[in-house]
Amino acid sequence: MDQVSFLTQVIAPAFASGLVMTLALIAVAAPFGFLLGCAVSVGRAYGSAPVRLLSRGFVIFFKGCPLLLLLFILYFGMPSVGVTLSPFVAAVIGFICCNAAYNSEYIRGAIHAIKDGQMTAAEALGMSKWQAVRWIILPQALRKAFPGITNEFIYLIKYSSLAYMITIIELTGAAKIIATKYFEYNETFLCVGIVYLALVTITTVAAHLIEKKYAVPVGQSAAGATA
Amino acid sequence: MTDNSCILRIENLCKSFGNTKVLCGISFTVNKGETKAFIGPSGTGKSTLLRCINQITVPDSGSVFLDGEEVTRSGTRINYFRQKMGMVFQNFNLFDHLTVQKNVEIALLKVRGMTPAEAKEKALFELRRVGLEDKADCYPAELSGGQAQRVSIARALAMDPDVMLFDEPTSALDPELTREVLEVIRMLARQGMTMLIVTHEMRFALSVANEVIFMENGTIAERGTPGDILNNPGYDRMKKFIGKIEEYR
Repeated sequence: MDQVSFLTQVIAPAFASGLVMTLALIAVAAPFGFLLGCAVSVGRAYGSAPVRLLSRGFVIFFKGCPLLLLLFILYFGMPSVGVTLSPFVAAVIGFICCNAAYNSEYIRGAIHAIKDGQMTAAEALGMSKWQAVRWIILPQALRKAFPGITNEFIYLIKYSSLAYMITIIELTGAAKIIATKYFEYNETFLCVGIVYLALVTITTVAAHLIEKKYAVPVGQSAAGATA
Repeated sequence: MTDNSCILRIENLCKSFGNTKVLCGISFTVNKGETKAFIGPSGTGKSTLLRCINQITVPDSGSVFLDGEEVTRSGTRINYFRQKMGMVFQNFNLFDHLTVQKNVEIALLKVRGMTPAEAKEKALFELRRVGLEDKADCYPAELSGGQAQRVSIARALAMDPDVMLFDEPTSALDPELTREVLEVIRMLARQGMTMLIVTHEMRFALSVANEVIFMENGTIAERGTPGDILNNPGYDRMKKFIGKIEEYR
């Protein structure tokens, strides 16, 4: 088989279905990872003592647990306690928890960077703590945390390949199968690398556009008044 | 003024931070339409007093009554009382991610539950009142300090408060910008707004307030009407303090 037909007849169709799976994993994991990250960071910054403890424990556990190990526990370990998860569900749960743990740290840092006066002013207007967090604190914190959240999304694109270890044939899995079958490691993995590079590049460009769209003028007179 | 026009009553307010007693039994009443100015050295609890009134800082003991209803220990109803007590801060504390108009609208929408059209109309009305309707689409970072403070006054006024609390509204401003903010406050006084103002602008305090309260070490040391203070003997500590401040003007 020549190079061109290898690319068009073998790699392209296999990669297409692998890519669909990779995108499906990301499409489910990223939004929930983001939302859970918001919840955990808000819990840590504003929650009652038990909520703070719980959120902190969540972050310590999922930051400390290697993702691959987590996927093994979810997929191979859970049936022994009576919970059988499909590979897709197990992978997505693992990704969400990992993504949320890191995102929550970026957002928590951003929340702490917001001046106390913002919360005070919101409460002085009669907002509840929750309303102030939702309408005043989070919109500002997410702008500050956005580069970190983008990074975490890019990590997610790449670590989604770990799903292969629990039998999901996503992009890397599809490549591995072809490489082994045709003994064409260089071409296959070069191609898969290009696809990941494309995904990350698209993400980076999109993130830049989003950041620009929601950018707010900062600095000088008003914002910089005495502390 | 008669007793039934009393809008705000402070009874024996006490607050400590650690071992430092900041407020030691402050009591006074405020009648509708009255302006009270609080002056005194830094660290004597003037700002803490204002913050204890709307419970942004929770006092250790004592009570605050707004229009006869107890504000202290009011649980979640505190959010209702806070709407009725507009607060203006030294650092303006405008919401940095919102335009001027949205700064004024946000609490109308989320707290008062107005429709967007109603909130917009109200916001533009209040911005007109402080002379900043043309800045509606600016962000806080694009304003001068004086403009920012006028927006924050508009934001507080939009909630139709019974009382306005000003916490050193001009301390972060240069003299020129201070002037434009004081003009707005003076206008509110003329329109009959009830106001408590913590300030270091002595001339302003003496010209706009119905009563000047001199605080020292967490207590009300001396109090009197500007006419009394300026024309009568006594008020030695207050006069000495005012003299010290005005010396460098």
